[in-house]
Amino acid sequence: MMAALIFVASLATLWMFFVSYCRSLMAASSRHPLSAEVRDVTGIRAVASAGDYRRVVQLLQLCPERQEDRTGLQAVNIYHSFLTAARQMFAWIVPSLRSWAEHEQACCAYFAAVALDRRIAHSREMLAEQDNL
Amino acid sequence: MPGPVDLTIWFLGTAFELLFVVCSVARKSFLRYFFLNLYLLSSTTVSIGRFLILWSCGQGSDKYMYFYYYSDALLTLTLFCALISLYSRVFGELRAGEYVKWGAVFLLLGTAGFSYAVVAQSAERLSTSFAYELSQNLYFVGLVLTYILWGAVLKLRETRTQLVQIILSLGLYFSGYAASYALVNFSGKFIIIRYICPALGCFLPLSWSLTMLRYTEESRLVPAHLVAVPR
Repeated sequence: MMAALIFVASLATLWMFFVSYCRSLMAASSRHPLSAEVRDVTGIRAVASAGDYRRVVQLLQLCPERQEDRTGLQAVNIYHSFLTAARQMFAWIVPSLRSWAEHEQACCAYFAAVALDRRIAHSREMLAEQDNL
Repeated sequence: MPGPVDLTIWFLGTAFELLFVVCSVARKSFLRYFFLNLYLLSSTTVSIGRFLILWSCGQGSDKYMYFYYYSDALLTLTLFCALISLYSRVFGELRAGEYVKWGAVFLLLGTAGFSYAVVAQSAERLSTSFAYELSQNLYFVGLVLTYILWGAVLKLRETRTQLVQIILSLGLYFSGYAASYALVNFSGKFIIIRYICPALGCFLPLSWSLTMLRYTEESRLVPAHLVAVPR
């Protein structure tokens, strides 16, 4: 009984820390302005929307990977999946959950767009280096 | 002798611990996060020591068992010091360093006293049981302290990205550890559970290293974005 109680409590704190960790990753890139090119290609104007995430991820898969953003993207991807599941399962019980989850998914989309921006810049740098050689 | 999966996790964990130390030296943050480095360096030393004893005496030997439990208690104490050093950094601007120090000593003595009181009831192998009990209780205290520290970070609107992510990684580590301990207690027969604790041991230094690699001491984040419900 005690073990079950500790298990449930620690799962709750694990979830809380995981959400905060993902939010801190997203908060760190929220000040990064998107380039005009990424805005055009993703269709994101001033703010991202929840529906942008999948499209941005598809674009990300077309770019060469950067080691630095891989784990961050994986964590945010898991977070996005949890949000999708929570929206589908509980939004009819708690209507405010829908708008909260949509806001969070929009933040995930912006984070992915910043990663896309960095990958494009990184690819450009690599090409420039190759040209110099 | 542990299997190939155990050994892989073990070596990876040790490599990540060294990676963090290298990263913090490269970022010129070794002294800034001295206790974190001390913990990971101690952990690396203990890992090498454990491996040598395991190699020469075997997993079932008394020597390995004693070394394992005593070094574990020592590592938990060092991790506790690392956590307190994070408290000092968060509360540094409030000049509450003295209070934090005394609070930590009081908490440590209290936990040691409680552990002794629990162990004193059983007569056999008092010192080993005490080391084990102290280690477990300090992990629980660590989880609670990290939770409180996170509350303080939100309240004080902390903006230092490195510090925030180091604290969050520690929170994830402690919560994961507590969950896996509880899981072992009621369903220890599943083999996968055996790998969760060592894998978590890899997660903490890896996550800290990534934080060091990604962000500089000057990196800042928007504190309002950290709270789950926008204010």
